[in-house]
Amino acid sequence: MSTPLLQVENLRIALQGDGDTYSAVENVSFEIGRGEAFGLVGESGCGKSITALAVMGLLRRPLSLGGGRIVLDGQEIQNVSAAEMRRLRGKRIAMIFQEPMTALNPLSPVGRQIAEMFVLHQGVGWSEAMDRAEEALRQVRVPSPERRIKDYPHQLSGGMRQRVMIAIALACGPDLLIADEPTTALDVTVQAEIIDLMAELCAAKGTAILMISHDLGLVANMCRRVAVMYAGRIVEAQVSGAIFAHPTHPYTRGLVDSLPRLGERSRRGRQKLREISGVVPSISGYPAGCRFNPRCPAVTDICRSNAPDITPLPANGLVRCHHHG
Amino acid sequence: MRLGANTWVGGGLFAVALAVAVTAPWIALTDPVMDANLLNAELPPSWEFPFGTDAQGRDIYSRVVWGARISLTVGVVSQIANSIIGVSLGLSAGYWGGWWDDFVNGLTNVMLAIPSLIFALAIMAILGPGLVSLLIALGLTNWSYSCRIARAQALSLKSQGYVQAARILGYGPLRIMFTQLLPNMLGPIIVIATLGMGGTILAEAALSFLGLGIRPPFPSWGSMLSDARDHIAAAPWISIFPGLAIFLTVLGLNLLGDGLRDILDPQSTTRRA
Repeated sequence: MSTPLLQVENLRIALQGDGDTYSAVENVSFEIGRGEAFGLVGESGCGKSITALAVMGLLRRPLSLGGGRIVLDGQEIQNVSAAEMRRLRGKRIAMIFQEPMTALNPLSPVGRQIAEMFVLHQGVGWSEAMDRAEEALRQVRVPSPERRIKDYPHQLSGGMRQRVMIAIALACGPDLLIADEPTTALDVTVQAEIIDLMAELCAAKGTAILMISHDLGLVANMCRRVAVMYAGRIVEAQVSGAIFAHPTHPYTRGLVDSLPRLGERSRRGRQKLREISGVVPSISGYPAGCRFNPRCPAVTDICRSNAPDITPLPANGLVRCHHHG
Repeated sequence: MRLGANTWVGGGLFAVALAVAVTAPWIALTDPVMDANLLNAELPPSWEFPFGTDAQGRDIYSRVVWGARISLTVGVVSQIANSIIGVSLGLSAGYWGGWWDDFVNGLTNVMLAIPSLIFALAIMAILGPGLVSLLIALGLTNWSYSCRIARAQALSLKSQGYVQAARILGYGPLRIMFTQLLPNMLGPIIVIATLGMGGTILAEAALSFLGLGIRPPFPSWGSMLSDARDHIAAAPWISIFPGLAIFLTVLGLNLLGDGLRDILDPQSTTRRA
C-alpha cells in the first residue's frame, strides 16, 4: 500500500478567544496506513481530542480549521460539503468515546441504535437491520444478544455499553476508527477486554485505529506507532517499542520515567513517584521558542528563543528538540 | 412509579369530561338545540330536568353534555396545533441556533407580549365566529410556552454525549431532532400541553361568552354562560351548571398537568417513588 489511509498535513486549529485568535494545534502532521493502529498521547488539553474532531469535520465555534490538509484515501476532506462529510462519518470514519454512559440514547433500545446505522448508511429495511444488529452484538461478545437487543442502555454495565458503542462504530465497516480514550471510564480488567476486542475486530475487518489516550502503556500495547503531543504540537513520533526503549524528547522521557512500575518498591524501597515539574502552559501564554522549555531539565538559551525544527529519526520517526539524542 | 393523588383526581375529571363528550348522543336526554319549549322556561332542577331549563325551556343537562364536545374539541385540537408549532420552532431554533434562533426568539417574544386572548379575538374578528375559526385562532396563539421549553431542552440535550455521538455517526439534522432530541424532551412538552389545554378551554369559553366563538343556538359552555347572564338572579342554575363544567374540566387538566410534571420532570425526582 503506497498511499496511506489518512494523511494529516500541517494541521492548524484556530481558537477564537476574546478578540484574539490562538493556535490550539499547529504543525501537526501524521499518517495512518490501512489497518494500522496509531496512537496519539498527551496530557489533557494538549489538543489530541480536537485533532480527532478536525478529522471528523466537527470543529465548532470557537474552534475552526486554521490550515493544513486532511486526506482520506486520496481525497481531501477538509473542505467537502456538510452533506458529503455526513456520508463519510459513520460509514468510513467512526468514533467511540470515553463515556459509554452518556454516548447512548437513554430512551432507545440498544439494538435499535445499532440497527439505525444499517438503515442510515446502507439503506436496508428495519427488520433486516435488527437481524444484523443482533449479529453485531454477537461479534462484540455480548452474551445472549437476542435478549440484549431489546435492553435499554441503563440495563447494561459500563463494559457492555462500550461493547455496544464498538458495535455501532464498526457496524458499517469503516476504514478508520477513532477511539478517544475508550477505556478511561472502565475498570482495569474490563479495559483489557475492550482493548483486545477492539484490536481483534479491527484486525479482522482491516480497520485502521487512531487511538487517543493519556495512557502510554495502553497505547504502546495496541499501536504500532505512537505520536506524543505537547501544547498543540507533536514533539515526538516513533515506533511504539522504541518510544519506551529510547525516548528522545525530554517530555517523552519524563512521561516514560514517571510511569510507576510494578515491583519497583520492593526492589528499590519506597520512593516518590517521579513527575515532570511545572504545569502545562495555558494556550494564551505559550512560551517563545520550544514550548516545553520552562519544564525541561535540559533547557538551554536556544530553547527559549527558537522553536526547534523537526529532526527525522529512524523508521519514519521524528522529534522536535534542539538537544535530541 | 407511584402516581400522586392529583394525577388520579385530575386524570379522573378529564376522563369523565372526555367520556361525556364522546357519549353525548346517548347520555343527553333531549336534543340540545331543537327541543325548546317556552312552557318549560326557567324551571329549576328536577327529576325531569336534572340541571333545570333555560330561558327557552331547553334542558341544561343535555346542553352541557353536548357542550363538552365543542369545548374539548377546541381544547384538544388547538392545543395539539400549538404544541406542533411550538415544538417545531423551538426544537429547530435550539438545535440550529444562529439567525434562525434569533428569529424564533423574537417571534416568541412578540407572541408573549401580546395577550393571547386579545390576539385570538383579533383573528376571530377577521375570520368570523364558528368552530373552524375558533380552532385557527386558538391554535395559532398559544405556542410560545411550548416553544420556549422545546428550545431550552434542545439547547441542553444538544451537548449530551449521545447527541454528539449521533452527529459523529453521520446522522442528519432531522434524524437527530426526531430520534435523539424529541423523545428525550417529551416529558416537559406533555406537561405544558396538558396545562395549556385548560387554558385553551377557558379561552374558548371566553370567546364564546363574548359572542365571537360558537354561535347560538349551538351549545358551548361559554355561550351558555353568556345567555345565562341576564337571568343570573332569577334562575342561577342556568349559569351554575355550565360554569361548573368549565371549572371541573380546567381544574382536572391543571391537576393532571401538575401530577404529570411530578412524574416526568427530572427536576422533581424527589417526588418519584
